Amino acid sequence: MGAKRKKLLNEILVNGALLLLVLIWTVPTLGLLVSSFRSRQDIQTSGWWTIFPHREWQTTAVIENPKEALGVDPNEIMEIRGATGTFKEFREGVADGDVQVTWVGNKRIGWVEIQEQVWAVNWDFTLENYSEVLTGKEFEFTNADGEVITIPGENMTNSFLNSLAVAIPATVIPVLIAAFAAYAFAWMNFPGRKTFFIMVVGLLVVPLQLALVPLLRDYKALGINGTFLSLWLAHTGFGLALAVYLLYNYISTLPRETMESAFIDGASHFTVFTKLVLPLSVPALASFAIFQFLWVWNDYLIALIFLGGSPETEVITMRLAEIVGSRGNDWHLLTAGAFVSMILPLAVFFGLQRYFVRGMMAGSVKG
Amino acid sequence: MQTTESHPSHNDTGGMAALISRIALAVITPLIIFYALYQGFLFLRDGDSPKWAMTLIAIIWGVGGVAALYWVFNWLVEMLPLAWMQRLQPFVFVGPALAILTWYLAFPALRTFWISLFDRGGPPEQFLATFTSWPPDSWVGLQNYTSIFSERLMRETFRNNLMWIVFGSSFSVAFGLLIAILADRSRWEKVAKSLIFLPMAISFVGAGVIWNFMYEVRPSSVPQIGLVNAIVVALGGEAHPWPAYTAISPWNNLYLIVIVVWLQVGFSMVLFSAALKGIPEELKEAGRVDGAGEMRILSGIMIPYIRGTIITVWTTIVIFTLKIFDVVWVMTGGQFGTEVIATQFYRQSFVARNPGYGSAIAIILLIAVIPVGIYNLRQFQDREVF
Repeated sequence: MGAKRKKLLNEILVNGALLLLVLIWTVPTLGLLVSSFRSRQDIQTSGWWTIFPHREWQTTAVIENPKEALGVDPNEIMEIRGATGTFKEFREGVADGDVQVTWVGNKRIGWVEIQEQVWAVNWDFTLENYSEVLTGKEFEFTNADGEVITIPGENMTNSFLNSLAVAIPATVIPVLIAAFAAYAFAWMNFPGRKTFFIMVVGLLVVPLQLALVPLLRDYKALGINGTFLSLWLAHTGFGLALAVYLLYNYISTLPRETMESAFIDGASHFTVFTKLVLPLSVPALASFAIFQFLWVWNDYLIALIFLGGSPETEVITMRLAEIVGSRGNDWHLLTAGAFVSMILPLAVFFGLQRYFVRGMMAGSVKG
Repeated sequence: MQTTESHPSHNDTGGMAALISRIALAVITPLIIFYALYQGFLFLRDGDSPKWAMTLIAIIWGVGGVAALYWVFNWLVEMLPLAWMQRLQPFVFVGPALAILTWYLAFPALRTFWISLFDRGGPPEQFLATFTSWPPDSWVGLQNYTSIFSERLMRETFRNNLMWIVFGSSFSVAFGLLIAILADRSRWEKVAKSLIFLPMAISFVGAGVIWNFMYEVRPSSVPQIGLVNAIVVALGGEAHPWPAYTAISPWNNLYLIVIVVWLQVGFSMVLFSAALKGIPEELKEAGRVDGAGEMRILSGIMIPYIRGTIITVWTTIVIFTLKIFDVVWVMTGGQFGTEVIATQFYRQSFVARNPGYGSAIAIILLIAVIPVGIYNLRQFQDREVF
């Protein structure tokens, strides 16, 4: 009996601790997601967790002209609805159990508000934030002083498309080039094979920061600074060492007999590569491609340096960082914008989890 | 071989014509492809079609162009005599990768070192002209390096990076291990692990927004809307803008490090989880038979068994934190005493327009990364990646 109880206790402890950790890890993202659907006003005045049932003060009655209605003198200690206190205390609000009494305004022409604590949920959700960050059209809102302000939308659709235009070629090109090279390293004979391969592996440890200043000079000289081409090439260059290395590890373990029988049938290297090796390497290609795609999609530094500040070409991370810089307190925009930038990586994560995890693990050594 | 000889050409002129047309084809096809690619490049550089059309053309041009280049070069090489084809074909396959790597990593490493020896004027445009009038005006030798190590701000930067390395890697290892152990014993392992892994899909900029919102601070008279400060206030504490709270400097860096730990624990957890599952059951059973408690089995058997994995995770995260940039740049911009090497590099090279100084910082980063990197790579090689 004792052992059984101990086992149960142990299980509760393990699952409880795990649940707590999972909650800590999930709550920041959850808070962002929830907030992105709340209105500007709601986000600024209450925490996103108020969407869960909670106790909240709600005004149930307002008593105008309290001096006569209640027969109290603000210059002395008053008793209103069971709550006792001086005028100063009533200005702050005096609570008596579930009832709170507040004097609003001054002694002469103020009024009294009776508030009761009730269960409440803030379930006022809106899609307004998303339409404001996604489109470029103008938006009007009334600020706290009653002033109507017009601001342009953040036009994230544009930067979303830019990110796609950057990330797709910046994924496919290095995968293709690396697959050719990995095949050559694994299955072709040529002088310097070993030396070149060691060079490729050695370059894995070079931080990409090292290449940025010289490359910016080259790009300026070539006149491609600020184009998508410059980013494709940069991401290809920075992802290639890892891609060659990983794909070599995979392609070199393909069964020798399959290859040899193809060569005996008179197939050329090019045919063997395109018809045999590429289809057989799909798991490795997919894992690396997912890693590279997310890396490029989430990259900020390289885009920042080579694309410059043009709003026409800026990618989604730049757009988001831009909103952080210029509208750092507009949480309705920041939360929706951040979620827009995360939607594609999250879709990949949930849709292709197996490849996603493998790709992320393999990509951990990237320079 | 013999089959080709058994079909002699009917007459020499026909053979000649065939040869000429082959050569003409060999010249014209690549030219057409190059021309098409060049036109595509000009169109993408200067064109002004709608966004989605440009995006589509960009993708087709980039991906199709690379495939076409491989195809055409291979086609050319396969037209050569057999001996030459065998000699050249490997370089068609491996050449582009080597050329790009040389241009993008190997050569820039040397050039960055070269630039780091000059002041903000940079080295002369013409490489050879540097030596005809030695020394050039902008030459400073190793002065950038000596000033890096003597400036107060840089000392603070190095201290911050050290904090990142020490706390970032140990928290990531500790939490990853803890979660892996707990998940291994629970019935909802898969769900728990994928929820912990999820932040790895999020960009640093996105994570910056998420955590800026977590740390959001409001005056004490109104309700807090950031979760961290709401909890602090509910517990009777005082709300602060934690990463920007200089009164606790340098410990405000920890509030940034937490973000990266949050992002990276998924990585260490997956590796630890796989390693824990590799421990033979008999080994743990033997421990239990000897009367060891769960804690004793954990510290005496399991942790020593996965030591290699712990070191791999540790070194990977050390390298990662050495190069940390985006989180700091988005959260604090390096203010409030949170500057790190990579943000200093960026600031000096691209904001302060002092690429010489920035390059020297990059070289120091390289020197710091190399030993850990080599070690890490050795470990990585022993591990099944795909």
